Amino acid sequence: MAEARACARLTNKVGLHARPSVKLTQTAKRFQARVEIAKSHDGPWTDAKSPVKIMRIKASKGDVLHVKAFGADAATAVAAVIELVQRNFDEE
Amino acid sequence: MELRLTGLPASAGVAIGRMTHFSTDAGARRPVADRPLDLDALNDALAASLAELRALEQSLDGAAADIITFQIAVLEDPEFFKQAGSAIAAGATADSAWMGVLDKEIAAFAGSGDEHFRARAVDLVDIRDRMLRRLRGQPEPRRFPPGAVVVADDLPPSIFLRTDWSQGGGIALRAGSPSSHVATLARAQGIPMVVGLGAAAPRGSSLTIVDGTNGTVTVAPASETLARVRDWAAAEELGQQSARARRFDPAVTKDGQHVAFLINVSNLSDLTGVDAACCDGVGLVRTEFLIEQALSDEQRQYESYARLVQWAAGKPVTIRTIDGGGDKPMRGYTRDRETNPFMGLRGIRLSLLKPDVFRVQLRAIARAAALGPVRILLPMVTVADEIAQARGHLSAVMDELRRDGVDHGAPSLGMMVEVPAAAMAPDLYDVEFMSIGSNDLAQYAMAAARDNPEVVSSMGVPHPGLLAMIANVARYGRERGVDVSLCGDSGGDPAALAHLLKAGIRKVSVAPALLPVAKDAVRHLDLSGMARGGP
Repeated sequence: MAEARACARLTNKVGLHARPSVKLTQTAKRFQARVEIAKSHDGPWTDAKSPVKIMRIKASKGDVLHVKAFGADAATAVAAVIELVQRNFDEE
Repeated sequence: MELRLTGLPASAGVAIGRMTHFSTDAGARRPVADRPLDLDALNDALAASLAELRALEQSLDGAAADIITFQIAVLEDPEFFKQAGSAIAAGATADSAWMGVLDKEIAAFAGSGDEHFRARAVDLVDIRDRMLRRLRGQPEPRRFPPGAVVVADDLPPSIFLRTDWSQGGGIALRAGSPSSHVATLARAQGIPMVVGLGAAAPRGSSLTIVDGTNGTVTVAPASETLARVRDWAAAEELGQQSARARRFDPAVTKDGQHVAFLINVSNLSDLTGVDAACCDGVGLVRTEFLIEQALSDEQRQYESYARLVQWAAGKPVTIRTIDGGGDKPMRGYTRDRETNPFMGLRGIRLSLLKPDVFRVQLRAIARAAALGPVRILLPMVTVADEIAQARGHLSAVMDELRRDGVDHGAPSLGMMVEVPAAAMAPDLYDVEFMSIGSNDLAQYAMAAARDNPEVVSSMGVPHPGLLAMIANVARYGRERGVDVSLCGDSGGDPAALAHLLKAGIRKVSVAPALLPVAKDAVRHLDLSGMARGGP
């Protein structure tokens, strides 16, 4: 099974809370792959399709977000999540 | 008896109205609906709550819709439902199971060290209570009388959204946060709001003044207070209007000092509805967003710059080269994992390490300079050699353009003064102009991160040490004939402007939205009694 991972720094104003967490799950849900995020490269890993669990990791601006995915479309899923983070979740 | 309370401003403006109170009734056990409170009941309450929220979401747009979209996403997430289901299986009633799960989550958010996360607790209160009303067959919360001042510990967003604000009104919260969703909504609708009043905020229905600009609440004001505040609010409104009406007039102090006003631009859309006639040019184009997708695409960059130059219609356009790094990482460009990015590879430091990217930008800017006056602004300059190297790149691309017969102009070269060492030794640098970046200069000078609300703010009256640096650059510019301006939030802040002018600044660049009020603030100043050149 394909696995992919990458990381990016959170640079949006407010970190990974309400609106950004919803956008993250919306992005992750577009893929079949299991998508997980963490604040450290060795976890703990959190289901990126659950806004409640994403909010619980309380990732703030400046934290590095690690993303990994398992499944046929893992690489595109990770790329899409990283791109969302780098676009600052389309905030501004 | 007049009672004045101080909190934190969350939404500007003044509201005068009778107090009305809101409190969540989740804790109170009410007669429950006439059915067993089992997993089916939880399921039905979830379906009904989601249907309500989706209907509400449809009726809203912008930030208000986003807030409800978030609540829907949380309810659609099986996480809370699963946890409550386990509690029900272990013998709990559906309402106490739901409340137990949400209360635990709410407590975790309320105890967070991050202001933005703390402010989410009340969103979960909103979600908890909507479900509890369904489970317990409780009525919808009553609506507030129009124009009232709503007093509460905190206010869930859906309570704000079902309130009729057409007659005005205000919000005064014992707890709450300027980062909360209700504060966002209040600012969007111009409803004055103060938070963090503490337990002292009284009960009752007295007439109350909410001053969301200064963060105060006055309960049962004396008639003189009321008259004064009404006059002040009317003058404030009038002031905004007259500032807008006079935005094309020059900004001249009472003693005849002319202050030039330019605008800051991050995106071409910032120019929508802005007439170049109301400013003296563009003092800062932040190119990080403008060309992020076109770092190696000279033509696309040229087209963006050309539109700015055409918009300015002969007034100067100051284009800052990419200021990546710090709080602005750029994919495939800035370095990852710097331990201290604000003091790392950013601005000109990074540009000089990436000459290919830098030269594309310089070429595009030089081409746009064929259409009107253009100035190149180098960010984060610290040592003189950075200017010499940048000048070398600029003359090399100009030679190329000449050789290739491409239309171009000769942009002037200047630097941002945002590193304290540069502010103290401006004579080191061979530049045609200097622009003081007061946001970064303040954070470096005061060792206080801009993105951390818990350390001392750079807004309001600038620190005397910071003003001394600004005065030093202004004095150097005056004595040597080097154009000096200031771009940063303090240039658009009426409270800070007097101090900046006193420090010798006569040219500022501000966000277009702040331009009318900042220009008008200058017209009310008299510098004749102030010594120039020092704070």
